[in-house]
Amino acid sequence: MGKRVLVTGLGTFWGARVAKALEADPGVDVIVGLDTREPLLELERTEYVKSDENYSILSRIVEATQVDTIVHTFLVVDSTQMRGRTMHEINVIGTMNLFAAATDSSVRTVVVKSSSYVYGCEPSDPVWFTEETPRQKPPKHRVERSLAEVESYVRDFAVDNPHVAVTMLRFSNVLGPELSTPLSRMLELPVVPHVFGFDPRFQFVHEDDVVRAMLFVLDHELAGVFNVAGDGLLPWSEVAGICGKRTVPLPPIGQGLVTAALARLGVDIPPEIVDLLKYGRGLDNGRLKRAGFDYTHTSAGAVQAFIESLRLKRTVGPKAEYQYEREVEDFFRRSPAVVRRPR
Amino acid sequence: MARPTAESVRAAGQLLPVHVPPTAAPELDDPRVSDVDEWGRSERTRRLARTLFAPMYDRWFRVEWEGLEKIPTDGGALLVANHAAAIPSDAPVIMHGIETELQRPVYGLADELFKKVPVVGTLWSRAGGVLAHPDNAYRLLRQQQQLVLVFPEGSKGPGKTFDERYQLRRFGRAGFVQIAMRAGVPVIPIAVVGAEESMPMLANLTPLAKALGLPYAPVTANMLAFGPLLGPLGALVHLPAKFKLRVLDPVHFDVPPDQPRYSRSKVMDEAESIREQIQDALYDMLRHRRSVWSG
Repeated sequence: MGKRVLVTGLGTFWGARVAKALEADPGVDVIVGLDTREPLLELERTEYVKSDENYSILSRIVEATQVDTIVHTFLVVDSTQMRGRTMHEINVIGTMNLFAAATDSSVRTVVVKSSSYVYGCEPSDPVWFTEETPRQKPPKHRVERSLAEVESYVRDFAVDNPHVAVTMLRFSNVLGPELSTPLSRMLELPVVPHVFGFDPRFQFVHEDDVVRAMLFVLDHELAGVFNVAGDGLLPWSEVAGICGKRTVPLPPIGQGLVTAALARLGVDIPPEIVDLLKYGRGLDNGRLKRAGFDYTHTSAGAVQAFIESLRLKRTVGPKAEYQYEREVEDFFRRSPAVVRRPR
Repeated sequence: MARPTAESVRAAGQLLPVHVPPTAAPELDDPRVSDVDEWGRSERTRRLARTLFAPMYDRWFRVEWEGLEKIPTDGGALLVANHAAAIPSDAPVIMHGIETELQRPVYGLADELFKKVPVVGTLWSRAGGVLAHPDNAYRLLRQQQQLVLVFPEGSKGPGKTFDERYQLRRFGRAGFVQIAMRAGVPVIPIAVVGAEESMPMLANLTPLAKALGLPYAPVTANMLAFGPLLGPLGALVHLPAKFKLRVLDPVHFDVPPDQPRYSRSKVMDEAESIREQIQDALYDMLRHRRSVWSG
């Protein structure tokens, strides 16, 4: 019998990408995707279930579908996209409900997509964080607080449910052709903002490697915490350089005023990114590599891939967007008229 | 479950996904355009710094080394020296000297204070400065087998007034010995004479230092000597004291590396013994010094 997988956040970039990749896997029997929004990718056999943002119907779904694997991608790490309360509902309350539903159920594997924001970004931090490096200071920004709470739920769940293999992936700054993040939007500007007098080293991970890492841990049934980040650190000035852009300074103190003004102009640089622009952050990716994972891009390679796709997009325009239609999708999944090939 | 590849997807005869994540490429393309390493050090910046500092090193401080051959040409080692001068002149002298003589980089560990100051922090980092964090030191020494310079006195060394010159302060909490043990590298003590007189601190304005969040707020002889001539810039110019450095015998610890912890008392004893060796060497060098300016 194959796997039965529940993917949270099917309407997000990551959820849809993971579901898409799982569809291609003959070892996966059932994929159920949950989200408030409809998926943005054309999916062939994933069942989309619309839910509210904190997943109150989750225990019913787990009970009804008897899933054995949960891939929890619905964690918001881009604080510019919503208000703090919504982010709290999605990240913290959503995760809480998810694990409440997964406790004493058919679930045996849980993969959570966390972020390097949980490490924070302080001048007293080491250059490289391993999975074990403790956080020295309490979380400063709401996205950090929110993810720290999520991780504490994940740990509690892992302790309370020793029969479940729990994996937590902490991703570095993601760049790639398709994903939009605060950093990618900054690099899309004609001039790239930096904090005057600071030029810290940045690390990136290509969006493909993010999806591949999630599939890899599912595939190899790896439990535990893993950093996911490309090889190498490069100064922010060099990041701008690879993108062929000049930088423009933000003042070294009182960036809050400037970023507030910029946000009104549509350039939203959240405070956790301002910290990053001052002190940078490196994740030691050794543990996942030792487990056998190969990256397709280094940090600099991810920047290069991002800017190349951006140039192409600027010339030929963005890809046509897929629009989810419930009736059409139902037709393909259920109609006797559709000839289904055996898997 | 097998990882889906473009082939397996096609073989399965399914709709081809919009984008199948490619499987691992054999060799990764790393399109770097600068030579800044993971610690922030840039060999290009170092070269420029060495070019600019060379006249200072050769003509102003007239640096003389003794026992430089005791510093290994390969393999990691933790260099430990006494620390002095309100704006410490010993760090650039040691780094410049070893880099020019041995042609290998030296990473200097320092307080997070540097990192917080715009421009200075970046320049410091490009010139080989690294935050003094045990993880950073361990990685540099153990995994990368680099030379790392540390001043165990910390800011207490430069923060002492002129009447206390060449009196070594406490060696922190002996963290440097623990790191060297964990990393399995020797500690190489270096005694420095001359830095104290290059920028003597006459008084320390403690309330001002507290208000500014600095370890000390010095009134230096240099401000009085060069101030009338150069204004505020005078505070940055060192006096031309003669520098003499003596490299002492490397200290090897007979403990296995990578232990979770080492005996506290052994660590403290080793640190104290290294401190005494440097202190003795300093007294010996001062006994033979005829003049502060000509050595």
